[in-house]
Amino acid sequence: MFAIYMRELKSYFLTPIGYIFCGMFLVVSGMAFAQSTLLAQSTGSVGQYFVWLIIIFAILIPLLTMKLFSDDKRNRTDQILLTSPVSIIGIVLGKYFAALTVFGVTFAVNSFNFVLLFNYGTPNLLSIFINILGVFLLGAAFIAIGIFLSSITESQLIAAVSSMGVNAAMILISMLASEVESSFFRTILKWFSVVDRFTPFTNQMLDVSAIIYYISLAAVGIFFTTRVLEKRRWS
Amino acid sequence: MVEITELKKSYGDKQAVKGISFSVAEGEILGFLGPNGAGKSTTLNMITGYLSADSGVIKIDGTDILQDPIKAKKDIGFLPEIPPLYLEMTVLEYLNFVYDLKGCKLPRKQHLKEICEVVKIWDVRNRLTKNLSKGYRQRVGIAQALIGNPKVLIFDEPTIGLDPRQIIEIRNLIRMLGREHTIILSTHILPEVQAVCDRIVVINKGEIVANEKTEDLINAVDGSRKLVAKIVGPEDEVLKTLRGLGGIKTADVLGKRDTDSVSYLIESQERIDIRKPLFYALAGKGWPLIGLEGVELSLEDIFIRLVGKEKENEDKKTKKGGK
Repeated sequence: MFAIYMRELKSYFLTPIGYIFCGMFLVVSGMAFAQSTLLAQSTGSVGQYFVWLIIIFAILIPLLTMKLFSDDKRNRTDQILLTSPVSIIGIVLGKYFAALTVFGVTFAVNSFNFVLLFNYGTPNLLSIFINILGVFLLGAAFIAIGIFLSSITESQLIAAVSSMGVNAAMILISMLASEVESSFFRTILKWFSVVDRFTPFTNQMLDVSAIIYYISLAAVGIFFTTRVLEKRRWS
Repeated sequence: MVEITELKKSYGDKQAVKGISFSVAEGEILGFLGPNGAGKSTTLNMITGYLSADSGVIKIDGTDILQDPIKAKKDIGFLPEIPPLYLEMTVLEYLNFVYDLKGCKLPRKQHLKEICEVVKIWDVRNRLTKNLSKGYRQRVGIAQALIGNPKVLIFDEPTIGLDPRQIIEIRNLIRMLGREHTIILSTHILPEVQAVCDRIVVINKGEIVANEKTEDLINAVDGSRKLVAKIVGPEDEVLKTLRGLGGIKTADVLGKRDTDSVSYLIESQERIDIRKPLFYALAGKGWPLIGLEGVELSLEDIFIRLVGKEKENEDKKTKKGGK
């Protein structure tokens, strides 16, 4: 597992994709930060910024995950992974944590943005940390979704576009949910909405059910990926 | 070392492998032959654990690959049909990755250097694999299989797409590796098997049609021999003489006419060497024999004889391809 983790991590920066992800992430999130906090002259409304971040993640995280399995399948390098003395879950986790590391490190660098706020006042650190934790977990869930979609296709493009689509749907579902009349369906739709789950974090609440929700989402994505790899061996 | 019992695999409705059994003894080089689509790669992929069998047992050095896949896979080095290279890595980076992936315990630098020298890729160790030629990629694929010094090596068509010089080098390499490893070599090229293998398993349409020592198989099917003779002399009379010669089954003009000589395809009866009588007969008539060569049996020829005569017409069309 560690060998796969290290290889994927290096591979991000042997190909342009790692640089593109980091660069785009920092530039776009910087713009969003400037717009929502600095230019708005408000240190209290970091919540708006984090909603922007969720949208940026939905678009950029698929860049990290699109090639993880699709490329292996296309180049037949999955043969060396699956015939090596490594378990399937080890392969999936190795790749998952590689993507999570690139994402996490970039996000950590990005979080230095908040230092700027101290120039203008005393931001609520607790609120910022809770938001960062929430949005990080959400990113971790998006990565798992992206990995799953990458495992069912040979094309990076299809993996990326479908991941973006699913992420966007999970964001938009909350708007749709408010329009639904039946409270039963509304509850179900809201349950799936990653944005609704995020609301408590913007209100400085460490919502355990939301944390469990994001972690479960990631676990389900990883689990389904192992099933896809296992199924391919049987079909 | 490798034991396969009643192995079956279907893709949807199509049964690709229909219950095959064979075993490979320690230190043996086994040729695994079959035409394209016979089920060779499927079988090898099952032995290496890339695909799961529908039923049947695969044991590597006594370990069942289903029950303890990690242990069984440690004993296998596999070169798939397409070498599984990460094109963005250099040769050495890639080999280091495989070393870690296999959890190899041998001294890293020395082990990788030895392997690179054996397969002759030390010179290109710092080049990106995507910039390597097909022959070098194939070698890197072999190097990858050798890491960790596994007991069993499985090569799926290792010489496909290589030039003749490279083919000979790879064959010599396999023969050398055979001294210390048990090898399963899949191919559809007969001379390759003749050159390196101790024993041959022939598979056709998912079933084993022969499992014998190499010489036994060749002799069994190579009972009648074919020769091409280049003779200077009047065509009709030469043909008449040839057909009248004892031991010759058929003789025909091959169609290759040079300015003064004609090539004839001669098929002798089983287990008779007609080269000497042929020479004396021609010498007696004063017709110079300026060329004589044996026609190698192609795999299709062997198949026709093993599987039956039904494909004879098809065989005539494809034989020239040497496949």
